Amino acid sequence: MQIVFIIVSAVTLFAGIQTVSNRNLFHAALYMMLSFLGVAVLYGMLESAFMAATQLLVYIGAISILVIFAIMMTRRLMQATEPAFNSQWQWGGVASMLLFVLFVTVISQVFVVNPNVQGAFFPPAADEAIRNSVVDLGVSFVSADQYVLAFELASVLLLVALVGAIIVARPDVPDNEMEEAVVVEVVESAEMEAELVEVEAAEEEPTEAVPGGH
Amino acid sequence: MLSDLQYIGLFLALSPIFPAAPIIIQWILSPKKPNAIKNSTYECGIEAVGDSWVQFKVQYYIYALIFVVFDVEAVFLFPIAAAYGQLSLFAIGATALFIILLADGLAYAWAKGALEWI
Amino acid sequence: MCVDSENVLCTLDFGPILRSLFPNASPALAEALVDIISIITVSTFCLLIVIFLIWLERKVIARMQDRIGPNRVGGRFGLGQTVADVAKLLTKEFVTPYGADKAAYNIAPFLIVMTALLMWAVMPFTANMVGVDLNIGLFYILSISSVSVVCLLLAGWGSNNKYALLGAFRSVAQLVSYEVPMVISLLVPIILARTMSLNGIAEAQVIPYLFVVPVSALIFYISALAETGRTPFDLLEAESEIVAGFHVEYGGMKFGMFFLAEFVSTLFMSALFATIYLGGYRFMIWEALIGPTPAILELVMFFVKMFAVYFVFIWVRATFPRVRIDQMLNFNWKFLVPLVLVLILSTALVDGLFVGQDETSAWHFWRIVAHLGFNLLIGSGALIWARRNAAARGVAKPEESMRVQAGALVEGADPHGHDDHGHHDDHHGQTAAVPAHD
Repeated sequence: MQIVFIIVSAVTLFAGIQTVSNRNLFHAALYMMLSFLGVAVLYGMLESAFMAATQLLVYIGAISILVIFAIMMTRRLMQATEPAFNSQWQWGGVASMLLFVLFVTVISQVFVVNPNVQGAFFPPAADEAIRNSVVDLGVSFVSADQYVLAFELASVLLLVALVGAIIVARPDVPDNEMEEAVVVEVVESAEMEAELVEVEAAEEEPTEAVPGGH
Repeated sequence: MLSDLQYIGLFLALSPIFPAAPIIIQWILSPKKPNAIKNSTYECGIEAVGDSWVQFKVQYYIYALIFVVFDVEAVFLFPIAAAYGQLSLFAIGATALFIILLADGLAYAWAKGALEWI
Repeated sequence: MCVDSENVLCTLDFGPILRSLFPNASPALAEALVDIISIITVSTFCLLIVIFLIWLERKVIARMQDRIGPNRVGGRFGLGQTVADVAKLLTKEFVTPYGADKAAYNIAPFLIVMTALLMWAVMPFTANMVGVDLNIGLFYILSISSVSVVCLLLAGWGSNNKYALLGAFRSVAQLVSYEVPMVISLLVPIILARTMSLNGIAEAQVIPYLFVVPVSALIFYISALAETGRTPFDLLEAESEIVAGFHVEYGGMKFGMFFLAEFVSTLFMSALFATIYLGGYRFMIWEALIGPTPAILELVMFFVKMFAVYFVFIWVRATFPRVRIDQMLNFNWKFLVPLVLVLILSTALVDGLFVGQDETSAWHFWRIVAHLGFNLLIGSGALIWARRNAAARGVAKPEESMRVQAGALVEGADPHGHDDHGHHDDHHGQTAAVPAHD
């Protein structure tokens, strides 16, 4: 179990580093997908299959595609070789060190990392409790005394995101398209007049032909 | 749960063998005579004109975007659906409200013409 | 004869037999080895059955088109035809296009077959023969099919070919669009069965859910047609139109892998439909009249149902013409998605009436009647609305579609003549099937 964790974490970290430093933008997107996959496997190792499947479904199945489409919209991808160098890397390094120290402090308050102490980590939950965890999650989303407010706010947030994205990304209707529509209507009405003339001419023909046939 | 996921992990580890086997057999059996004409990209039998870069329609992006929103909505709805036996009337009302809010989003997208393919 | 029996045929529980093969291994290792055997069995079954499926499809479509189909290779019925095709594919040269991205180009066929095979891990062949009965079985299946969408982008981009890239974009737009009705329509059986596990859904069906929520079954079926890229939604690989779409630059077995993945996922969707909406391995008449079903009979029932649904997939392919991409996307976003949202809302509210009560047979009966009633109401409402929409657009539609096709001003007089109104879109989208002129 430990060795699997070490391998998966190493792969995830490597993929994360490649995401930000790879020169080829499409490869960076692919490495991002690999890091999502690594995180999904880590969720699985925490016995949370639902979170792992959610990670696959939403991050790899939807957000990665969105990111790749966004990349393809903004640049000529085939020759994309970006210099992956950020000029403020010193401040970035300091901030990430501080964040790392913060995380380690907080986590070690909760999980005492001492391999000699029995029960150093939380004892594993019963298998039944884990199997029921998805049902418990569902109940907690909509129970009045649990997370229903957050749930409804999440749906409002999704609605706002959808509306905002459509406003931003919708192709603008340009003025000449309006003109185009008007011109098409003019042409169509001209066609209809031409048809009417043809029909009238056809109607006249038999009546003219009859006197000639006598 | 861990033994369940161990099965999936084993499956993931073993499954590359099944597509690899035919491809390796082909690699052994096939002729290897590349030349410039064979390796040129296919463009209905003529020489490829211009770089392989296509005008990307914004519409693809909008469809993917709406899909992300509905995907996240479905992720919320799955545990609620599985827990249906234990929900109160209030909970069912909350679920209905959730679905209605997202249907509003779709209605907005439709009305604003974001769903047209052109 | 099978009550309380240890006979393997009755339970088809190969676990004890397999574990006895490894008497000296520790329990964890024995479990792992048993798992490996079952993985290899399922994957080999999938790959080998594709050979039969390709032959079946060619024969059935041929008969539906009033011809015979392959009958030369391997005897009177052409049974060796697919084997010959596979042998041909195995001897083709790997023609990697100039400038292709080696990593993306080569990973795509692997990944697509891997995702197609991974889905089979949770499919129950009988009550006991299941890879692993995940408590989130259905959700797992949806996430794996979501991952397979990425493979198309890899293939299209990795080929360094404009047309492959365009084909990949269109394919991804189609797959991503039709995932929405699939995901939401699968919520309906979950609400009915109160569980996401496939075994649980198969066991919870008093009568097959096809007869309780037919609208959900229909929406799932249509989305499955689109997700697997079968006709009428197969413009991803329409040979007569855009050559081969995203896999135009693949030859030999790499193309074979894409082809294989399509058949494996179609078979899986048939198995999924059979499990969720038809009761899967359960033989309900036997259970009602005689008693517990022997496992060998369950296996037979599973295969019968799976192939029956697969036959309908083939039947649909032989019958319907291909739709255009804008028709397809409009159908999805303007008809299927609103319909499926109305459906899930009504299912949620109707089932809310039945929550928290004892599960007597009267309760089951009224629940089934309520759901069926609302489904029929929604289904007929949707059809009426669609007809009214189509009638309102009746004559105006052809000009609109011509504008879509040309993307430019209509020049000059109407090229189809003055008496051709209403027949403009007869030739759009019909390719292989015999056009039906009314």
